[in-house]
Amino acid sequence: MSDFLMPKLGADMTAGTLVDWCKKPGDDVRRGDIMAEVDTDKGVIDIEAFSDGVLDTLLVQPGATVPVGTPLARIREPGEEMPANALPTATGAPTSVAKLITVPCAPTDRGTALSAEDLSRLRISPSARRRARELGVDPRTVQGTGGGGAITREDIERAATSRVSATPTAASPPTAAPATKPAETADRNMRMRRAIAAAMARANREIPHYYLSTTIDLKAALDWLSKQNEQRSVADRLLYGVLLLKATALALREVPELNAFWQNDRAAVQPSIHLGVAIALRGGGLIAPALHDADRKSLHELMGELRVLVARVRTGGLRSSELADPTITVTSLGEQGVEAVYGVIYPPQVALVGFGKIVQRPWCVNEQIVQRPVVTATLAGDHRATDGHRGGVFLAAVERLVQEPDKL
Amino acid sequence: MTEAEIRETVLQVLGSIAPEVDLSRLKPQARIRDQLDIDSMDFLNFVIGLHQQLNVEIPERDYGQLATLTGCVNYLATAMHSQPGM
Repeated sequence: MSDFLMPKLGADMTAGTLVDWCKKPGDDVRRGDIMAEVDTDKGVIDIEAFSDGVLDTLLVQPGATVPVGTPLARIREPGEEMPANALPTATGAPTSVAKLITVPCAPTDRGTALSAEDLSRLRISPSARRRARELGVDPRTVQGTGGGGAITREDIERAATSRVSATPTAASPPTAAPATKPAETADRNMRMRRAIAAAMARANREIPHYYLSTTIDLKAALDWLSKQNEQRSVADRLLYGVLLLKATALALREVPELNAFWQNDRAAVQPSIHLGVAIALRGGGLIAPALHDADRKSLHELMGELRVLVARVRTGGLRSSELADPTITVTSLGEQGVEAVYGVIYPPQVALVGFGKIVQRPWCVNEQIVQRPVVTATLAGDHRATDGHRGGVFLAAVERLVQEPDKL
Repeated sequence: MTEAEIRETVLQVLGSIAPEVDLSRLKPQARIRDQLDIDSMDFLNFVIGLHQQLNVEIPERDYGQLATLTGCVNYLATAMHSQPGM
């Protein structure tokens, strides 16, 4: 029997609020399955299981806020017998637990075929699901007008306003009374702001930062990209940012000390390269979820995963492994028009890579002045873990790799 | 599809990308990216949305013509006319 604990999803997280269980006692559990939804300062995150087994008992009920590390459920390991006393402990009769699992979690889009169980679930987007909870609307009573009859946020809002009184059904999760949207959004923004403030203040206090920058000629990369995209349909096109991400990941193989965690007064180099991609939220706030094993994926795969990540950040469905796993963060502020980014490292990471906007500049090539599209790449390094020389080697590697985009 | 229907589709796709914005206040002749806070990923999703809803191919070199609402409607009307049954 093992305990499924409230995970730590970032250096600054101390507690989380359980929103919904996505499995019930008796369900099979496989590593990576979504066990529950937890509300954190970074929004509602889908928490994944770490090991295989069978869910035995739920220990914490929806609505409860518990510290990181608190056991949330017990999982029977494969091969373990059911205990003689088979009733769930501390949660009362199984029927009351089943009633709490009201709005089913959206099916995972991990590329596997939907099971019959998934198909019988409601077709409802995560943001619509949340809105339904906020407004006290039972999605099972709502007609979906989205693709394939899916229930959209607008469908939920229309259902809520067309009611005489929005009485919460008996099946609603026992959370606090649904707040009005502006108040809840403002509260969430405030909590995210505070979490970012705590992390950044701690980083600035504890990490001795050094900064390096280099300007990279992107002509070869952009010419290659434009030829690629000409041959691809809209949905298959690549953004230039993906080339920079892949080059960053490959450069980290050459300078692995930058892909480390600072823990117990030393740098622990990480075996995998999971790039945390800084994504801005509409209306303020920042999350940097992981693109796992970015050095081992093709540009096409990275693009697909990046699109999914951005969608999940903006509309919900981020997974615990996406928040907990980044080994380094990459931030790109080119869209806003800044040429160079000098950021703050997110502990326990030891580096932050930044890219600014692409600008046309006079450039020297073969003793001639020509016009080239260039981008400024920056590195913020933790001076406890690395020195400027190694940081410089890393940036030089990024520049070199970007000149051969077909090899990325 | 009429121009009004195309316009509605464009606004609907934009709405899925910037759900918190009141699109009735969008100035049709001004650049969309100046009025809405959208980045290149958002813009790509916008183009993909148009492609899926209207069944038109939009080459990268034509992105510039989609800068304003009016530009979008004009471009798409022409494209749909010249790509029948795509």
